[in-house]
Amino acid sequence: MSGSLFVNPFHFSTMHENPGDMLGDFYTHNFEKGRISHDSMIINLGPQHPSTHGVLRILAELHGEYVLRAEPILGYLHRMHDKMGQVKTPWQFLPNTGRVDYLHPIAWNWAYVGAVERLAGIEVPERAEYLRVIACELNRIASHVMWWGAFVLDLGGVTPILYAFEEREKINDMLQIVTGSRLTMNYMRFGGVCADINDRFIKMAREFIPRMRERLEMYHKLVTGNVILARRITGIGPFDPDLCYRYGVTGPCLRGAGVAYDTRRAEPYGVYDRFRFDIPVGETNCSMGRYMVRMREVEESLKILEQALDQLPDGPIMAPKAPKATWKLPAGEAYFAVEGARGKIGIHLAGDGGKSPYRVKLRAPGFSNLSLFAEASQGTLLADALAILGSLDLVIPEIDR
Amino acid sequence: METILVPYTTDITLLSVLKLVVALVAIILLLIANSVVMVYLERKVAGFVQRRPGPYEVGPWGILQTVADTVKLLGKQILIPGNSDRFLFLLAPVLSMFPMFLMFLVIPYGPILTGLEVNLGLLLILAFAGMEGLAVIAGGWASNNKYSLIGAARAVSQSVAYEIPLILAILALAFQHGSLDLSVLNRAQEGWIWNWNIFTQPLAFLIFVITCFGETNRAPFDLPEGESELTGGYHTEYSGMGFALFFMAEYTSMMLVSFLAAVLFLGGSNAPVDIPLINGVWWTLIKMGAFMTFMIWVRWTFPRVRFDQLLNINWKWLLPLGLLNLWVTALVMKVVGN
Repeated sequence: MSGSLFVNPFHFSTMHENPGDMLGDFYTHNFEKGRISHDSMIINLGPQHPSTHGVLRILAELHGEYVLRAEPILGYLHRMHDKMGQVKTPWQFLPNTGRVDYLHPIAWNWAYVGAVERLAGIEVPERAEYLRVIACELNRIASHVMWWGAFVLDLGGVTPILYAFEEREKINDMLQIVTGSRLTMNYMRFGGVCADINDRFIKMAREFIPRMRERLEMYHKLVTGNVILARRITGIGPFDPDLCYRYGVTGPCLRGAGVAYDTRRAEPYGVYDRFRFDIPVGETNCSMGRYMVRMREVEESLKILEQALDQLPDGPIMAPKAPKATWKLPAGEAYFAVEGARGKIGIHLAGDGGKSPYRVKLRAPGFSNLSLFAEASQGTLLADALAILGSLDLVIPEIDR
Repeated sequence: METILVPYTTDITLLSVLKLVVALVAIILLLIANSVVMVYLERKVAGFVQRRPGPYEVGPWGILQTVADTVKLLGKQILIPGNSDRFLFLLAPVLSMFPMFLMFLVIPYGPILTGLEVNLGLLLILAFAGMEGLAVIAGGWASNNKYSLIGAARAVSQSVAYEIPLILAILALAFQHGSLDLSVLNRAQEGWIWNWNIFTQPLAFLIFVITCFGETNRAPFDLPEGESELTGGYHTEYSGMGFALFFMAEYTSMMLVSFLAAVLFLGGSNAPVDIPLINGVWWTLIKMGAFMTFMIWVRWTFPRVRFDQLLNINWKWLLPLGLLNLWVTALVMKVVGN
């Protein structure tokens, strides 16, 4: 072969045992250097793969069906949201926050307007705070329900996601009334919200609460009680609190590990201190624990929603001194954290008195949660690794923002 | 003993050859028609399970959807991945479809309607059922794709594992009726409804149903495909008619096990109630259709089991149960006599 003049440039098998290995990119070669076993197989899960929920790529070293090690690789959906926040004015950047996490955009809205309000010292009217809570909790339910469907889809059950969409459509119908959009919503404004709710919204929300409770019971009957599902996720991917602390895991994944940490309770923002709700904690720290935490969180969100609708005061929905588009952000720093469906969303703003902030740092919970995957998936079966990945509730645009 | 093992159609006459040719042509037509109907049925049932209408645009109630799909698949280019084994890659889909025709020859569709009368029909079916796994392995190996390779490896252990309890379950029936001839087994269930083997051999039926899903690679045992893990498993790299043949083979093997379930356990062509104009052949078809619908229903209801769980179910539960069933059957046969 080496003596021949006509060497096929695409014929790599002279250098490598498996020609497939050579076709990889920088990451593959880097990953190959850390091979644990000489007869293992390096496989790319993604960027196009049914179980990675978008364009996440995972390099995995497999020994038979066992994952020896795995490494998530990002960068396929990078849109420079942090940088955009620094070159645009807060008004221009605000719609971007909805694009960061397409399943819980209202929490990201809230984190950004909260940071700006804290920096500029803007007081938000009481009614607007309640409306924020109502919209955010509705959106959280939609996000959790969607996760439920997608998670069972990862385990091979195709039907539940279509049931989940039914609830999500109901919620989207409601949120469309106030936000005007169904996916990347942009509801909050600096100093309030953009639209007030109407009677139709209240009627729909009142009808939705008992309906959702009934549906949750049905979900438990149809899916949670299923013996195949229980066997697939019980005891899979145990996260102990120490592991979560090391990676900065928050949200249902942390609560699934038994730590009752919820930003709504730990650092109350808005009017969350006025509602009575429990923080569900996982009984077991495995995927089943995280599953149950999310399902119970839907119930808690319904409780909050009910109380917010009962207590809803009258009044304006925008602060009288709400900033205009030509307004300049004052100098200084502010950090604002909210509890998203996936964990703690934090936005750090540093203003220097210019039109746009000097620095914007978005803390996406999914990014920290995903970083745990490499350690948690070691030594598991391929199917279990994908179950763990599903139980993290990943939204790739948020991780790779 | 020797007389049992010799098929009684050894003399080849022009008539028997003609009968075989007619039977084969009829079976080919049946299999094609079955695939067309099954794809439609599967989509409609999936639609009903998932609270959506299913196909309804092409033709009335969407019945021409499958025709449109077939035309699309025929028009697709067959991509052959680089560095793959070309010969095996093209052979595998054909290999998956080929043994099906032979297996359908020996099934008694009615009391006297059979393609080929052999007294070892059950053995023939079990022998050729193993070739299905071979095609999957060949396709997965030849694709030069890691997902396909894992799918093929899974198919090996799955087909090895699931054929043993299947044979044990069927062997109990052969014990009971003293024959491997499907027509004899069909006739043995005549009379009252409790003569059906589902009532005389409930444990064998349970084992048979579970192994059916394993044999046909259907959910919850669709691990060689394993869409959410392996993006399609052994047929990841197949397109056009290569994929369509694998698809057809899946539906055909579904029909085969449904026919087996109908003939072996559900009374075959014997009517549970007398309805005018619906005679033996129709009863077999109705029972076959009911079992296929059951398989579709299960697919859209359950999540997939994990690979080690699948093997555990087989080696730790089905195999001992099958042996127990065989032992009990043999004991009862010995005690009761004939």
